[in-house]
Amino acid sequence: MTTITADHYGDHAHDHHDADHKPAFFQRWFMSTNHKDIGTLYLIFAIVAGIIGGGISGLMRAELAHPGIQYLHTWAMMMDGPAATMDQAYHLWNVLITAHGLIMVFFMVMPAMIGGFGNWFVPIMIGAPDMAFPRMNNVSFWLLIPAFALLLGSTFVPGGTGNGAGTGWTVYAPLSTSGSAGPAVDMAILGLHLAGASSILGAINFITTILNMRAPGMTLHKMPLFVWSVLVTAFLLLLALPVLAAAITMLLTDRNFGTTFYDAAGGGDPELYQHLFWFFGHPEVYIMILPGFGIVSQIISTFSRKPVFGYLGMAYAMVAIGVVGFVVWAHHMFTTGMSVNVKMYFTAATMVIAVPTGIKIFSWIATMWGGSMTYKTPMMWALGFIFLFTVGGVTGVVLANGGVDDVLHDTYYVVAHFHYVLSLGAVFGLFAGFYYWFPKMSGKMYNEFLGHLHFWVFFVGVNLLFFPMHFLGLSGMPRRYPDYPAAFEKWNELASHGYEIMAVGMLIFFVNLIWSLAAGKKAVGNPWGEGATTLEWTLSSPPPYHQFETLPVIDDNGHH
Amino acid sequence: MASLPPSPFDLGRRNLRTLVAMATVGLAMLGLGFASVPLYRIFCEQTGFGGTTMRADPNVQVRQATGHTMSIRFDSNVQPGMPWQFYPEHRTDTVTIGRKDMAIFIAKNMSDKPVTGTASFNVTPTQAGAYFTKIQCFCFTQQTLQPGQEVRMPVLYFVDPKILQDSDNKDTQQITLSYTFYPVEQDKKPS
Repeated sequence: MTTITADHYGDHAHDHHDADHKPAFFQRWFMSTNHKDIGTLYLIFAIVAGIIGGGISGLMRAELAHPGIQYLHTWAMMMDGPAATMDQAYHLWNVLITAHGLIMVFFMVMPAMIGGFGNWFVPIMIGAPDMAFPRMNNVSFWLLIPAFALLLGSTFVPGGTGNGAGTGWTVYAPLSTSGSAGPAVDMAILGLHLAGASSILGAINFITTILNMRAPGMTLHKMPLFVWSVLVTAFLLLLALPVLAAAITMLLTDRNFGTTFYDAAGGGDPELYQHLFWFFGHPEVYIMILPGFGIVSQIISTFSRKPVFGYLGMAYAMVAIGVVGFVVWAHHMFTTGMSVNVKMYFTAATMVIAVPTGIKIFSWIATMWGGSMTYKTPMMWALGFIFLFTVGGVTGVVLANGGVDDVLHDTYYVVAHFHYVLSLGAVFGLFAGFYYWFPKMSGKMYNEFLGHLHFWVFFVGVNLLFFPMHFLGLSGMPRRYPDYPAAFEKWNELASHGYEIMAVGMLIFFVNLIWSLAAGKKAVGNPWGEGATTLEWTLSSPPPYHQFETLPVIDDNGHH
Repeated sequence: MASLPPSPFDLGRRNLRTLVAMATVGLAMLGLGFASVPLYRIFCEQTGFGGTTMRADPNVQVRQATGHTMSIRFDSNVQPGMPWQFYPEHRTDTVTIGRKDMAIFIAKNMSDKPVTGTASFNVTPTQAGAYFTKIQCFCFTQQTLQPGQEVRMPVLYFVDPKILQDSDNKDTQQITLSYTFYPVEQDKKPS
């Protein structure tokens, strides 16, 4: 990322009309109002958070490689002192699970997808000079830092049985209220508040930018699909996150001020929390994946040298996914005791989502059909995305059945499902976008061989890691436990080896990243050729510090 | 859309307008989040969702469905640590659907301090909640028991004959009425 700073020839020329004039280091990176710089900050933040969150999953896979407790007690003694009990060790397991989930959702995928790529490319793709509210954009990013600090800091203060918040990322009451004494859960909840506020501000910023600041001729129906995906995502954020804020605020008052919103003893209902959480939580999973859809659409079109098949269908499929995503939340709660009719409704509504999702999958395939395809690294990741996301989608349709879910709820089948759509879906989308736009963002080409190597090693690793979890889940292995009967050992051991292979893949990624930033070939404005038709490829690589001082005009036959 | 680009002044105003509109949407959703507490309660009370029982006036007239009976099972719990014994006089009862019936629960304070308790309740199968109607119940109010005191607490209820027309309940042969007593902590206000 530092190459962008290295390239500051405009520093002596105190000419404020120069499009490439950059402020001094502190002002540029700490008081940043430039959408590209803020996007870069978001990406760096997401990479750091991803290393921490991914490292935590490595700890968990190490413990789960064999039955019995291998390392957990040692780690608990490191965290809670040499007198740590087994109960504290089990609590540490819950803390690891909680931290992994929250970090990956709120501090890795969302900042990278929306904050990183969204900030970088939404203004450029619609021909705008910057975001609508550049200072608010800065606030959005810097709210994430204290949010992350609160979450990480909560690990070192008491949270009930041991140190840290051990509630799971869902923070269900009553475990998170009467079950977790001590400040850890309060800190984690406040961290979520800040991260939520950051995302809501960001969402308002994106909506305003996209609705008001499109270049002349850039109608809504000509916007690149990535911009569409961010627009839909921003609306989901705006509608879903305040509900989470309300839900966890009530958790805080239940914990600290004696209210009983979720406490049956005072007339409250813990199930209400689950409803509120999943009313947010289900749109949240689309918040994480929709920008990935957008990225993949751009890449498939670029490397097939064809406009996206069924553009309008693709755009409105995302709108449909967003709308229906708000009325399916209770499929996360099938086992809380629902009548058959309610289960039937939530089963059917959930399956309806497969229709717009299918439209997207088949349109990507139709885009490639007859296209002049080149298999550059971003295209490999996009193809991997389509394949793996489809696998995760299919297990999603299985789990959508209320009756089947009675059996599979809280088993590793669910873990396999949501890691296929997120860890293999969203993350493949992220890597696709990263390789696709890396030349644009840094001005350097990445190493194609290392990119391909990264893809294949990572692809093999994550599939070995997550596919066996389907079998474990179907055999009844429950989630969220550090131990299991010996019968589950083989698949668990394989999964842990899969993690090791995946980690090697990540190592290749970082080697590629550092090598490319230091010694990569200089990237031209459009390294991808005629298939890359969106506006960012009309600019230099990296783009000037301020782009589009004269707005581009989009003619009527320009395609998406 | 394809007309002249808006002047910076107009754009600033338009952006501000969008900002205010979107912030309003966000605040409305926040309000809805909090409003869901009473809304959820009203929804459950109206629909019997989650096995929430109905409530009727003492003078209510119900048609008895002669020949149709329903087995009622009574379940009783106290929150762990609460020093009460709490149990139904009879575990099960068979009633004619539509006939008012009374069940007696017995509670005894086993401690040497007065303890106030309040009971939460619901029925399973949950789809029977809309038809299980209480006329009078100890769970409508708080109960205070002096040290060692034992009380017999009545529940006056009936099963609404409309249950016979509900296809979701055509397999329902037994309804379990469950109570859990919680100690009332003076610093906790019911929400």
